[in-house]
Amino acid sequence: MSAASTTLPNSPLLWTVADAAAVTKRNLYRYIRVPTLLLFSTIQPVMFVLLFTYVFGGSIRVPGVDRYVDYLIPGILAQTVIFGSTQTGVGLAEDLSRGMIDRFRSLPMARSAVLAGRTLSDTVRNLFVVLLMVLVGTLVGFRFHAGVLPALGAIVLAVAFGLAFSWISAFIGMSVRDVESAQAAGFVWVFPLVFASSAFVSVANMPGWLQAFAKANPITNVVDALRALCLGGPTAIPVLRSLAWIAGILLVFVPLAVSRYRRAAG
Amino acid sequence: MSDAIVTEGLRRSFGAVRAVDGVDLAAPAGTVLGLLGPNGAGKTTIVRILTTLLPPDAGSARVAGYDVVRDAAALRSVIGLAGQYAAVDENLTGRENLELVGRLYHLRGAEARRRADEMLERFELTDADSRTVKTYSGGMRRRLDLGASLIGRPQVLFLDEPTTGLDPRSRYALWDVIRELVNDGTTLLLTTQYLEEADRLADRICVIDVGRVIAEGTTDELKSRVGGDLLALRVSDRTAAGAAAEAIAGLGSGAPQVVPESGEVSLPVAEGASILAEVVRRLDAAGVDISDLALRRPTLDDVFLALTGHAAEATEEDGPDTPARGSARRRPARSQA
Repeated sequence: MSAASTTLPNSPLLWTVADAAAVTKRNLYRYIRVPTLLLFSTIQPVMFVLLFTYVFGGSIRVPGVDRYVDYLIPGILAQTVIFGSTQTGVGLAEDLSRGMIDRFRSLPMARSAVLAGRTLSDTVRNLFVVLLMVLVGTLVGFRFHAGVLPALGAIVLAVAFGLAFSWISAFIGMSVRDVESAQAAGFVWVFPLVFASSAFVSVANMPGWLQAFAKANPITNVVDALRALCLGGPTAIPVLRSLAWIAGILLVFVPLAVSRYRRAAG
Repeated sequence: MSDAIVTEGLRRSFGAVRAVDGVDLAAPAGTVLGLLGPNGAGKTTIVRILTTLLPPDAGSARVAGYDVVRDAAALRSVIGLAGQYAAVDENLTGRENLELVGRLYHLRGAEARRRADEMLERFELTDADSRTVKTYSGGMRRRLDLGASLIGRPQVLFLDEPTTGLDPRSRYALWDVIRELVNDGTTLLLTTQYLEEADRLADRICVIDVGRVIAEGTTDELKSRVGGDLLALRVSDRTAAGAAAEAIAGLGSGAPQVVPESGEVSLPVAEGASILAEVVRRLDAAGVDISDLALRRPTLDDVFLALTGHAAEATEEDGPDTPARGSARRRPARSQA
């Protein structure tokens, strides 16, 4: 029997990594084969940059901020990764409805690999869009003011936050199961969360009841951390808080999503 | 024992619907077992249980010696599944689809590529190997799906309605491919709504209706329950169907069946052609006008009618036999003459 030479060594960890890598690659092919998908997932954030810089920007006064574009871009990065992460659930619902999940579940692959592969490929896409937003931001006047390492840190933090939200989205996608519902259910709750945060305006100008919500909002935490990393200022507390949120979301939603996947039988 | 598939008292309900209601199956290694039944009969649920996608509520099932619940992980590496929908990724090429599945069986890269080549050749997709599946026809997708289900060289293969939705030409081509596979010694469980398909491919057939096995045997054994060929006629005036049945009663090997709604009368006949003339004469004498008269081989519908007294209609609204729709099935039996 030549099984040893034709198959991977029998190691659960190696199998999980190899399976997740294979699924990630499969998902990324989609963007190569259907480039318009990538185009449309970049147009919206670019529009937001232009809208807030040139239309609203002139009317938005943030206390202590001279150049609104510097204030805006960290918020745009957070918004980009969160809106992007809603696609995770849509992609999974699509795989479910097309029988792909059934095929995957009938294979000897790791139970977590389909979800891990999906969230990872969406993270790669998010990274691409984040870099593009930095470029677009630079073109409209944004600059990093705190140095190279914090700038890199901001990009990593934004993308990591997107990964955490991808797992929430995965849980939603595996729960609602059809593409249209996943699209709607994945987006409705994210929209108010993004706007009732410090992403585009100062929380200090909001009515009191909303301030309470906005301050507790994880997006506010992450945007504050991104802003500190991009523009300077104390970073330790907002960054640690953001990492705690990311860890907390992953701790709750990875097991939830995987258990939904296991029970994806109909 | 050398049974590759054994189930005992398998049960699975969805809410109030008993999709699988005490099913015993056995398929010796290297044979083809056909599950024949209409939409909603429970065929797909059985396949999903046997391929570890769905746990049974009760009963047990072993495939290739592995228990489908306790040894699910080990079982997955020795089975192949091609479901009702060609589960291939539209945005990948044919080759990439096969290599992906190969990798997920934990083949090394070179081996996955080698087997992908083998499947592309076997299923005559070599010319289309670097085109995305989006450009494939329905038949090509099914062939690719079948190739994907074989990449892991399964001991037991499950094909759930492999030709549903295909045009006749693609269906015949796929039958040839499946027959070849079976010659290689793979155990195959095949579900189908077509008696002809089961006839061509299966060694033994289990007829399934509302979650139960209602008959089992070779196609010949099943057809003999209908009584050889069928003489089918349609009267011009539906109300005359009863009179027609009366006129030809006694000519066949069984009692005539009447479908009053359509004015169809069918009669099981042992020695077909020779009685055609006599049938026409009697109808003439009885003054019954007919619009259609034919001698045909029994179909699934006829077998069902003979076994259950109700039709195996696979109507459009039923769709694939998903549990949610399964409850729509129990129909009143056709009235008999």
